[in-house]
Amino acid sequence: MPQIRDAAIHGYGGYVPRLRIKATEIARIWGKESGEVPIKEKAVAAIDEDAITMAIEASRYAIRRAGIDAARIGAVHVGTESKPYAVKPSGTIVAEALGIGSNITSADYEFACKAGTEAMQSIIAMVSARRIEYGLAIGSDTAQGRPGDALEYTAASGAAALVIGRETRDAIARFEYSVTYVTDTPDFWRRSYERFPMHTSRFTGEPAYFKHTITAVKNLLAENGYSINDFDYFIFHQPNVKFPLTAAKILSIPLAKVEPGIVSDVVGNTYAACSMLGLVKVLDIAKPGQRILMTSFGSGAGSDSFVITVGEGIEEKRERAPPLAAFFSRKKTIDYGMYLKMRDKIRV
Amino acid sequence: MLEFGIRIPRYWRGKPFRYRLEGFRCEECGEFHFSPRLVCRKCGGKRLRRDKLSERGRLICYTVVKSASPSFEAYTPYIVGLIQTEDGTMIVGQLTDCDPEELHEGMDVEATIRRLQTDGESRLIAYGYKFRPAIQRP
Repeated sequence: MPQIRDAAIHGYGGYVPRLRIKATEIARIWGKESGEVPIKEKAVAAIDEDAITMAIEASRYAIRRAGIDAARIGAVHVGTESKPYAVKPSGTIVAEALGIGSNITSADYEFACKAGTEAMQSIIAMVSARRIEYGLAIGSDTAQGRPGDALEYTAASGAAALVIGRETRDAIARFEYSVTYVTDTPDFWRRSYERFPMHTSRFTGEPAYFKHTITAVKNLLAENGYSINDFDYFIFHQPNVKFPLTAAKILSIPLAKVEPGIVSDVVGNTYAACSMLGLVKVLDIAKPGQRILMTSFGSGAGSDSFVITVGEGIEEKRERAPPLAAFFSRKKTIDYGMYLKMRDKIRV
Repeated sequence: MLEFGIRIPRYWRGKPFRYRLEGFRCEECGEFHFSPRLVCRKCGGKRLRRDKLSERGRLICYTVVKSASPSFEAYTPYIVGLIQTEDGTMIVGQLTDCDPEELHEGMDVEATIRRLQTDGESRLIAYGYKFRPAIQRP
């Protein structure tokens, strides 16, 4: 699978909304045992936030870290499954809000929780092909779970963005390889005009998440001659905390290399932003020369796996914007009633 | 019956300021104008150039709106503040990501972009600037 030539991360940004709801509060409403909840709490977008506003927030930090004029960005690609409009691009609003010019390509990508890394793939390809100088790859979601459904505990809100350009000495990190693995798998879907997704527990774990995640990682290692020991950090998609840790166990990866990239315990599953937020959290602490293996997963189903090597620019550039930890500590806990109002689940 | 929907052409024309705090500054007296003008409303000067307000400022005062027009009812109670940006310009804007008891005069705020309202009939979303307490490093 492809070696990536001349594409690097120049800026990164993460955004998590201020509101949180504890999983035990959701369990209380539906009469479930509080000991069975999959995460501690999840981030909830406020009533005036959506996938577009959060994409703008994350992108603003990514551009600030890159230290470039926004007008040099030639593509804005947004991965999301919670587009505010069924027909009207999100990327054009993001571009205009950030002062990015009009001579750009802009597209919204959809591949469930893998949509953000799909945006990364297309921006990397455009940079490598020298079609653009810089591009913005964004994952942003206000994930929706049907009230009372198992997904309601984890479906959360957040965004992450990367400014990707050609390799330079001051880049934050460079892409080395990527592998993608997809199949037609009926694990999770949402039809047009439906408000909430459907999912099948028969397909959720083994045939979907684990098959695609582990196959992508194994393919990448086998085809490019890497071993587990060649990596300092592993980042997985995180529908909960248990799944990425189980994937690590299957692949014989030490937990110490996985835990720094875990975000779902305190913000939930932010869908298209999820593995990208894990990358943001790792970039907040990584050192030049360290190597990261990042693997997304999207239902339907598929995984993108990337080898990313941290560059010399990380130390200076990461200080230009708030770390993800600033958004973890900035929080207000709400009850279930307020959560319903914020996520527009009350229809009269 | 009065209609409170978004005037779409007006919203579209107002994007530079609502999205990016971009307007026009008089080169003679420094007055900032939110929309294009041929003549400065303060000094009558005719040399105006594009400029952008700082996205950071401090809160001068605020009030809480509990009874709003239909377009904003979903957002009540919400806070409207008077903000002095770093370049000294005073602007009025909504405050978000905060409760009234967290606010105090002189606190650092920064601009963000949020939903302002959704048109009742067309469902078009109007986005624009709001201010929030400045994000602090942990």
